[in-house]
Amino acid sequence: MSMNSTPKQTSHLKREILVRLIKAFLSDNFPENTRLIPFAMRPKGSEVPYRCCIHKERAILRDRAVAGLGMSIEETDDSVLLSTLAEESLKRTEPEEDPLTVLTTACKGCVPSRIYVTDLCQGCVARPCVNTCKFGAISIQNGKSVIDPEKCKNCGMCVQVCPYQAITKIIVPCENACPVGAIAKGEDGHAKIDFEKCISCGKCVAACPFGAVHEKSQIIDILKNIKAGKKVIAMVAPAIMGQLPCTPTQLKEAIMELGFADVYEVAQGADVTTKTEAKEFEERLEAGAEFMTTSCCAGYNELVEKHIPEMKPFRSDTKTPLYYTAEIVKKEHPDAVTVFFSPCNAKRKEAMQNPNVDYVLNYEELGAWFVALGIQVAECSESKFKTEASAEARNYAVTGGVAKAVQTMLPEHLPTYPVVINGLDKQSIRDLKKYAKNGVCELGNLIEVMACPGGCLGGNGTVNAYKQALKQLTGYVNESEHLVNEENEKIEK
Amino acid sequence: MDKKVSVKVCLGTTCFVMGSANLQELIELVPRKYGDKVDVSGVPCLGLCSIDWEFSKAPYVKVDDDVIKEATVEKVLAAIEKKLSK
Repeated sequence: MSMNSTPKQTSHLKREILVRLIKAFLSDNFPENTRLIPFAMRPKGSEVPYRCCIHKERAILRDRAVAGLGMSIEETDDSVLLSTLAEESLKRTEPEEDPLTVLTTACKGCVPSRIYVTDLCQGCVARPCVNTCKFGAISIQNGKSVIDPEKCKNCGMCVQVCPYQAITKIIVPCENACPVGAIAKGEDGHAKIDFEKCISCGKCVAACPFGAVHEKSQIIDILKNIKAGKKVIAMVAPAIMGQLPCTPTQLKEAIMELGFADVYEVAQGADVTTKTEAKEFEERLEAGAEFMTTSCCAGYNELVEKHIPEMKPFRSDTKTPLYYTAEIVKKEHPDAVTVFFSPCNAKRKEAMQNPNVDYVLNYEELGAWFVALGIQVAECSESKFKTEASAEARNYAVTGGVAKAVQTMLPEHLPTYPVVINGLDKQSIRDLKKYAKNGVCELGNLIEVMACPGGCLGGNGTVNAYKQALKQLTGYVNESEHLVNEENEKIEK
Repeated sequence: MDKKVSVKVCLGTTCFVMGSANLQELIELVPRKYGDKVDVSGVPCLGLCSIDWEFSKAPYVKVDDDVIKEATVEKVLAAIEKKLSK
């Protein structure tokens, strides 16, 4: 099962751009060295691996660098030099609102989504396609099925019934991956994100084979704060522990070497979430509630806000692990700049809504930073975390982990039936809508929702392959102390 | 067939970030496919990325003494096939 579905070559390109941007920032001439990135990657006379000519290659790399600088590709004029944009990126005081941007020139190649009869059509006698189509869109011309695009509603029934599998659905990968219909090709052929609908889940980022959907990176903002000598504190999500080839304590040391003042595990906040959510669940059940959903996944939270408001009464009011962790950090260090190390794009949105979280860095960006500085994580010394988190909290990143943690803290007599929504797609969203509408979920009463299959380890901003990441993280979980039900004060702090 | 083919997947930080994370499947896949004719392992940094700007050609895999740049599972398997058919 490949959770990390980002086509490898597009990841490579995105990461190479990030490495070069970081190196440029750390050089003595950030603007000029940023301007040169497309030329350094495609020097005169070099091979043209993907596009029609070297000029288009460079133009697209330039646009990718724009996203790396944290800016919108759509809103940036082509005539502005990267050097000018690099200078501008240093002036902003906070990240741009919408976390994603589409590289339109890279996405022009996709054929619009539609049903297509291939030349395998035998013009058979049974003609199940013609008979099945409810819209009368299929007729036989010259002995072959033909679809009238005016009448076709893209339902796909004909695809299913054709005995030769001669009819196929042409998909646009980003459209197909989006669970809420927020990305679509416009009349100009370019994909466009409707941010009124977008839940920031990042599935389109992972799905596009051209790598045309970019996260707007905040790496420059973070580098700038470190360079200015600010006390910058890292808050690392549980998913990070499976991401790089080193131990958790080596990873902490490696992050300190980047210039961070300290590193907190967000698992620390997850312990607060677990306890609070267990208490809330118990109270809700006693008050007669049929079910409750978790509330830690940012993609799910945005889904509820934008598409299933009727779910709000059933969603836990408990805050996310990031919320509690950031609160602890800002209390201990009111002067600190906080950076959340995230496995996914959705947390960028949550961070923007939380004044205690200043910036977000994903694992691709973190990895690129290590590459730029030549840090060998496996050779770093061990640096312990000041506060240790529980095994259950560290396992939040794995599908089922949150429900399991909450269950640990519930009284045994309480009838608890966990249900796990392992990834948001059109079907699971229909299911959730049904539960909210009926006020009951026939499968159970404690519903854990994760936007990404596999949990946070399957997030779009991850680096490691899912299976290996899971193995590594599980090792860490297994050597951690378990939550003890009676001893609540142990995690209270 | 006397000597085993040796496959070393670089798991140094640069290679890992630039793609060898996805080559780890070779460590399970190769023995299943070729039995004991091939020795495959993940190894610490081979030092190939630190030369100039060569990080952009990572991940690296060594098949015997041949260095594969921008390695993919497909490229490595093809290199193994070539060695075995000699």
